[in-house]
Amino acid sequence: MLQISLWKRVLIIGLCLLGLAMAAPNLFYNRVEGHNDALAAFEKTGAMTAAQEEARAGWPDWLPSGLVNLGLDLRGGAHLLAEVKVAEVYKARMDALWPEMRKALAAERATIGSVRRMPSGEDELKIQIGEPGQIARAVEIARTLATPVVTLTGVGQNDIEVTGTGDTITVRLSPAEQAATDERTMQQSLEIVRRRVDAAGTREPTIMRQGNDRILIEVPGIGSAAELKDLIGTTAKLTFQPVVGRGSNPNANPGAGNEILPAADDANLFYTLDKVPVVSGDELTDARPDTDQNGTPAVAFRFNPTGARAFGDYTANHIGEPFAIVLDGKVISAPVIQSHIAGGSGIITGRFSVQEATDLALLLRAGALPAGMTFLEERTIGPELGQDSIDAGRIAAVVGLVAVVGFMIATYGLFGVFASLALLINIAMIFGFMSMIGATLTLPGIAGIVLTMGTAVDANVLVFERIREELRTAKGPARAIELGYEKAMSAIVDANVTTFITGVILFVLGAGPVRGFAVTLIVGIVTSVFTAIWVTRVMVAAWYARRRPKTITL
Amino acid sequence: MSFRLKLVPDHTSFDFFKHAWLTFGASVVAVIASAVIALVMGLNFGIDFKGGTTIRTESTQALDIAGYRAALSPLGLGDVAITEVFDPNFAADQHVASIRIQAQGDAEAVTPETITKIEAALQAVDPEVRFISTESVGPKVSGELIWTAVWSVLAATAAIVVYVWVRFEWQYSIGALAALVHDVGLTIGIFSLFQIKFDLTIIAALLTILGYSINDTVVVFDRLRENLIKYKTMPLKDVMNLSVNETLSRTVMTSGTTLIALISLLVLGGDVIRGFVFAMTWGVIVGTYSSVYVAKNIVLFIGLDRDKQPEDPSAIFFTEGGANADP
Repeated sequence: MLQISLWKRVLIIGLCLLGLAMAAPNLFYNRVEGHNDALAAFEKTGAMTAAQEEARAGWPDWLPSGLVNLGLDLRGGAHLLAEVKVAEVYKARMDALWPEMRKALAAERATIGSVRRMPSGEDELKIQIGEPGQIARAVEIARTLATPVVTLTGVGQNDIEVTGTGDTITVRLSPAEQAATDERTMQQSLEIVRRRVDAAGTREPTIMRQGNDRILIEVPGIGSAAELKDLIGTTAKLTFQPVVGRGSNPNANPGAGNEILPAADDANLFYTLDKVPVVSGDELTDARPDTDQNGTPAVAFRFNPTGARAFGDYTANHIGEPFAIVLDGKVISAPVIQSHIAGGSGIITGRFSVQEATDLALLLRAGALPAGMTFLEERTIGPELGQDSIDAGRIAAVVGLVAVVGFMIATYGLFGVFASLALLINIAMIFGFMSMIGATLTLPGIAGIVLTMGTAVDANVLVFERIREELRTAKGPARAIELGYEKAMSAIVDANVTTFITGVILFVLGAGPVRGFAVTLIVGIVTSVFTAIWVTRVMVAAWYARRRPKTITL
Repeated sequence: MSFRLKLVPDHTSFDFFKHAWLTFGASVVAVIASAVIALVMGLNFGIDFKGGTTIRTESTQALDIAGYRAALSPLGLGDVAITEVFDPNFAADQHVASIRIQAQGDAEAVTPETITKIEAALQAVDPEVRFISTESVGPKVSGELIWTAVWSVLAATAAIVVYVWVRFEWQYSIGALAALVHDVGLTIGIFSLFQIKFDLTIIAALLTILGYSINDTVVVFDRLRENLIKYKTMPLKDVMNLSVNETLSRTVMTSGTTLIALISLLVLGGDVIRGFVFAMTWGVIVGTYSSVYVAKNIVLFIGLDRDKQPEDPSAIFFTEGGANADP
């Protein structure tokens, strides 16, 4: 007899109901989305506006509220692929190492002679000494500044490698330290990008690391990739540097260890500054808009303890000297130090508007990106295009579904009805499953679902054709149905495993919308095998148990 | 409930090898022709693979492509291709154009300034114009995307061939491989012939075709394996014909429903995914053909060792359903 044990029936029907329940919120997409957004806002701020309260009430709390995420190509938004120039950090490390190195070597000037920094590659520090014969001694001194690297892979390695040839010492980061630095740079960049995008208050941005030095940023609902780039691309690199002099010639020789930078508000004014900053923006802990003693907008800041100490020491020793505040390569102001600033807080004055002061404070608070970024890929999709695609996809899906159902019923009669019901459950389960795992539906994903409608009936077709064959050899209907399911199994498994393999490869290697297609394909295979084999079987068994037909037509 | 649509009669006995030299020969010629076409005409690579920028514009006014071109030429952008997009779903006053600009020098991606300049120039021609989407891919990424695409197609092919080899026998996997090469080859050929835009989504379609085509092939192979055990002395060619005839109604049904769904998407799904859906529709057609006319020919050509036909390995795993079956 066509019997399926009770627990199996309960399990199968239960899974179908679960799928339907999980899919249901997608029918009320806007309402559920409003509800979810209101809850998210409540979690973040602890308060709800009247409008949010209303949105929240639009969908009962106790119902499932998972939704299929709509991809950028359906919702509109911006996509950026950024490459972080991790090697830039090596240069900063080398520059920071030089004063320390000079101090250590200078202490031994009696034996090794004069100490001079030589021009070198960006990722190394070359130092020339006066007594070539003492190079071994100089290397030994330089090596005292090395510290062991604390990472799993870099055990036993120091952070810097020091070599000496002739009269020159070359210092560079060890491979272990480079790897560790890259890792830190990436983590820091990711965190800062995330904070900046979050500060703009957009919904569900995707910020993901890709490979060794790339960050993928997808923000739904933002107007353009350029806007997103402005938001995250501003490095807001803040430094405080000693002023050596000022003039109007940008091409003058700044002298060793100095650089010439333009003033932000005066095209004819150029400052000569000591290249090595006293404190940098990395050491800021807080920045907020404020006003100076004259009531003009300014930005108040606070340093962490190291920054505060360096800032305090410098101001104590250089009262009466000008001190440049440099933002992204421009001197925004160069006030004269009036007194020792202890405690690590102060204000930046410039000729800011209130808006500029607010923006600057935000940028400073979000921290400086540790290295520059180049944008390798950028895409903007307008919301209208997304809506057009959804509408077109929906119509195509409905027409396709009706046609497939009609075709199946015309061919297999009642069994075609069973297969069509299974197909509907299948589509609901795809949506339910995708909502549950928070997968993203993309335009190719819609195509994937439509394709699934075509192929999902395949397993049923295999079974039904097999039943037809078995019926021809004049077996009883129950036996024919049993054998049909049983014998079609191996073809179903083989056919679906191969499609599954390509789906997995698509997912692993694909990006963006292609990945979305892979997800629907994989989910569709799993649910369609389940519905085609088990759900139709439950339906057929229930029908058979009730009617007990002597013969069946298929 | 007695009416049944029967596209394929209950019993068919087509000889699928009757014109084997013609069908198989045609396939071989078509694959070679595709390769030649692809080499001579090249593929119309989208910006995913070539780098550059595409801008999609929409306006309520009729398009003035010459005007667009004249407005953009002073900007010195190099190769600019402007095409009008037609779609039956568009409203009467919806005029869509696609503007493709080559990669600018070795810049990693187009600068926002350039985009702003382009938008301003176009707005001067047509104040109503809106910019629906802008996509820009740098040369570094596009180069990598090509390799990823090639790798994913190769990896999928290899994985499928290994799976078929493990589940069946090596002769079958060679047949499957031939069918896959045939399907991918013909798809690339038709994309080259009609110069349809070839981008990442087309690769996704290609991989799906691989999955679909092998799906079809495997069903025939599966029946072949079963029949080889049943009819131990029948010539291999006849067993193959019998197997294809027995699975013919299933092949027609599945390809039919899939094509119905795909064609509705092709007509109504909008122009954004038309290339993608076209690739899949074409792939379903050639995939169905290749499972009937290509894969088996290779297996027949190599021959099978009839003495050591394995039982279906899945029989061991899936006999549970038969255990409580009782007539």
